[in-house]
Amino acid sequence: MKAFTYERAKDPVAAARAAARPGAKFLAGGTNLLDLMKIEIEAPTHLIDVQDLGFDKIEPTPDGGLRIGALVTNTAMAADQRVRRDYPLLTRATVAGASGQLRNKATTAGNLLQRTRCPYFYDPNMPCNKRKPGSGCGALGGYSRQLAVVGSSEACIATHPSDMAVAMRALDAVVETVNPQGRTRAIPIAEFHRLPGDTPHIETTLTAGELITAVTLPKPIGGTQIYEKVRDRASYAFAVVSVAAVIQSDGSGRVAVGGVAHKPWRVDAADAAMSRGAKAAAGELLAGAKPTQDNAFKIPLVERTLAGVMAQARAA
Amino acid sequence: MKFETPAQTNPIDRLKVVGQAHDRIDGPLKTSGLATYAYEHHREVPNVAYGYVVGSAVGKGRIKSLGLDEARRAPGVVTIVTAQDAGPLGKGDRNTAKLLGGPEVDHYHQAVAVVVAETFEQARAAAALVRVDYERGDGRFDLDELLKTAPLTGGDSQEGSGSSPEHRVGKFEEAFGAAPVKLDQRYTTPDQSHAMMEPHATIAAWQGDELTLWTSNQMIAWNKADMAKTLGIPKEKVRLISPYVGGGFGGKLFLRADALMAALAARAAKRPVKLALQRPLMANNTTHRPATRQRVRIGATKDGTITAIAHESGSGDLENGGPETAVNQTELLYAGANRLTSMRLAVLDLPEGNAMRAPGEAPGMMALEIAIDEMAEQLGMDPIAFRIKNDTQVDPKTPTRKFSERNLIRCMQEGAERFGWDKRRAKPAQVRDGRWLVGMGVAAAFRNHVSRPSGARVRLGRDGVVTVESDMTDIGTGSYTIMAQTAAEMMGLPLDKVVVKLGDSSFPASAGSGGQWGAANATSGVYAACVKLREAVAQRLGFNAADVAFEDGQVRSGNRALPLTQAAQDGELLGEDRIEFGKLGKTFQQSTFGAHFVEVGVDAYTGVTRVRRMLAVCAAGRILNPQTARSQVIGAMTMGVGGALMEELAVDTRFGFFVNHDLAGYEVPVHADIPHQEVIFLDEADATANPLKAKGVGELGLCGVGAAVANAIYNATGVRVRDYPITLEKHLERLPSIA
Repeated sequence: MKAFTYERAKDPVAAARAAARPGAKFLAGGTNLLDLMKIEIEAPTHLIDVQDLGFDKIEPTPDGGLRIGALVTNTAMAADQRVRRDYPLLTRATVAGASGQLRNKATTAGNLLQRTRCPYFYDPNMPCNKRKPGSGCGALGGYSRQLAVVGSSEACIATHPSDMAVAMRALDAVVETVNPQGRTRAIPIAEFHRLPGDTPHIETTLTAGELITAVTLPKPIGGTQIYEKVRDRASYAFAVVSVAAVIQSDGSGRVAVGGVAHKPWRVDAADAAMSRGAKAAAGELLAGAKPTQDNAFKIPLVERTLAGVMAQARAA
Repeated sequence: MKFETPAQTNPIDRLKVVGQAHDRIDGPLKTSGLATYAYEHHREVPNVAYGYVVGSAVGKGRIKSLGLDEARRAPGVVTIVTAQDAGPLGKGDRNTAKLLGGPEVDHYHQAVAVVVAETFEQARAAAALVRVDYERGDGRFDLDELLKTAPLTGGDSQEGSGSSPEHRVGKFEEAFGAAPVKLDQRYTTPDQSHAMMEPHATIAAWQGDELTLWTSNQMIAWNKADMAKTLGIPKEKVRLISPYVGGGFGGKLFLRADALMAALAARAAKRPVKLALQRPLMANNTTHRPATRQRVRIGATKDGTITAIAHESGSGDLENGGPETAVNQTELLYAGANRLTSMRLAVLDLPEGNAMRAPGEAPGMMALEIAIDEMAEQLGMDPIAFRIKNDTQVDPKTPTRKFSERNLIRCMQEGAERFGWDKRRAKPAQVRDGRWLVGMGVAAAFRNHVSRPSGARVRLGRDGVVTVESDMTDIGTGSYTIMAQTAAEMMGLPLDKVVVKLGDSSFPASAGSGGQWGAANATSGVYAACVKLREAVAQRLGFNAADVAFEDGQVRSGNRALPLTQAAQDGELLGEDRIEFGKLGKTFQQSTFGAHFVEVGVDAYTGVTRVRRMLAVCAAGRILNPQTARSQVIGAMTMGVGGALMEELAVDTRFGFFVNHDLAGYEVPVHADIPHQEVIFLDEADATANPLKAKGVGELGLCGVGAAVANAIYNATGVRVRDYPITLEKHLERLPSIA
């Protein structure tokens, strides 16, 4: 770990200003950042601890939705009665992630910003365009079973590891921010994470210093909400693939998929195809997929997992 | 004490303390955090500096240049040691790879430097500033390719299973060719990591030319010798202290880089140094269970009598390494007049392959016991009936040589009844529970028993407390407890009157912990020492040693009885001895047996397998403490589930390393993966084994589990997978259609 300076921010705009300086980073739960700092994959020179900024509340929005503060822990969010009642998909996805200890510390914004778990990213001896732009992708042609099958590039086949974000993608969440000039904006989650392209080290559309203050959920959409996480062991494992679906009684619905791309993956045409069944929807979701030999199985797996979800919804 | 003839009735047979379930006597220390592990000896070793190991960034190659200036100038740095300034180093007898690389690099993450600083954080930060310029070499990393030309090679696991390059009985090829029912299949097992909770860790301190190591190690005497040999100093100058070990599974049998680098660092720093191997280094820096490529052929008559059986295995290791002895059990487990076993060894430049819990049998049984299941199905026989039909009570190669005890059939029958085997549908893919395809599987368990000399010293103090001293280790197994039970039984005392001190090379050398030999041999050493102490007590109290009974704190002979404490009222009494073994292990084949039963559910949609319940029935001689033995077996069963369903070190054949080298990438079972587990021990005592009449059990619990899981999956799905681990993609698209 490299030496760094530390401050505890008292004001969001001041925090954003401080974070706009080169080498500065926000610190919230620290469950991913500190691990990466220990092995110097992250090496900030200055940390701005945002825990005193008061973004730890869950409040209703005027249009019947819910605003979840950036600092609400994953545990608190998943346990909130309003979330459980109106957005059960989000609770189910969140508790499928990490472990109880980590969820007690991890925050809403931090979960969105966690970095890929690609093993070549985590090993500083290996090439990785995300860690060291221009060094190449170690995972392409290497061990890639867990990695992306769609939306990837020649530069990067990493996946986004979050469960929470997959549910938020299905629920059309909006990320609220404030920038160093004090201007706020609302970023639809679809536009929040970027595909790798030839700049996989740039993972979100946040600008320098821009601070996440909350994630808002539109008003509840009902339906049967199912999060199905496929993993090699029963708990505390990243998804091989995951399916977040909201299915209405007429068979229509929406679906987002985790473990397949650089961001939570959702395709309009797939939503439109939901009532035609899993094969149709999965076909749209994974159109143009370019899997590796190691992870080609994710293509049929997504379809089969979605079929299971649909069957479960029909039985509900 | 030389054990040369089968044990007669002896004080252990009273079974007042031995054979009874007892909590671990070291449990309170562990649950309260007072048990000091290698990294935690703050009180004994103040003023430590912290070491951080730098692992090689290449799988094979040569260091062109080392840039240490920046690191040396970093805050808090005390010293840096590399091969350039470590002085001449030898190599221990038991590690294949050099523990400090440079200029030649033999494998990925081989230690190339240790950075010593005032704090751990400073050492870690400075280690990142060490600049190493490598010339990448052409490594040999592709096992399948290399096995095409690999020679037949014999070997010994150093843990109880060994085989010659090729072992033949009768005429296998002829008999197999003529057999009316045949099976010829190939199976693979991957490289596996021990992934124990406590990483390899050592504190090293020099006083003049004497070195003391507080380390996490299973085999104190081996490592004292190998450390001395590596450093080129006399053995007498090295002391190892390892009272508690947070798991080893064979990964801590041998001298490893933590101990050597700590010793070199402390010498250079001129003060004690502590270091632990960081988790991402462990998979590639230390040893692992080597991958295997196996072929099993079985020929049988139509009534299910095996007439020909062959098991061939290929594995790889560094130059001068050894093969994974995966075929040993096939020489002994089933009858058959014509037999062939053989091993091939490829030279690989991947990290060192070596012993991991039940080396040989664990991967060997994963293949053989699927093959037996497949053969039974071909014959239209129940797999238990097929095993019973081909049971043998003698070594198939030397029929005059009997098994000392062999209760495989009883294990199978008892287990079948307890598990409800009669409810299993012979035809696969018949049982559904919602979205789950449900199936049952069985496999035999087999692991050899190993006798090794083992010493101990027992003291009777003035306070009437008996203290046992031995360099035996407790790697989480219960050694403290069963050695205390042995001394209590022998001296006629309750358990709380016995204190056990372990893991110090200044104590008598024991069998150590490995190859499931620890319990039976270490307690036999205590038995021998207690016989000596009993003689000393009898003599002090004026008894004729031959007819004295020790019970309830009294020493009795005829009508005369005196309190045991009286013997020590003028000063403590001491008994020291060592158990040694004659030829009984050659006269008889001493092995342990069991049966594993598993029920699984396979998700019809996703192909994910989850274990629903497990049962092990074990016949392993006298069980010294059914509670700690059960813990050993359920732990082994859990490890077996890991091997069956998820554990695999992924090899990158371009860079030559294990890619998933942390606990996020290398998954082992969590609690949610392990539901109901049951263990039954058959009442057995093997008088040919030792005075305790006990054998090993800790590895038996693993051998066969993987195949039982695999067979259950087949029974659930009708899809046979022969490549471990059985992750969902290996059967996903062949699963029965979703109704």
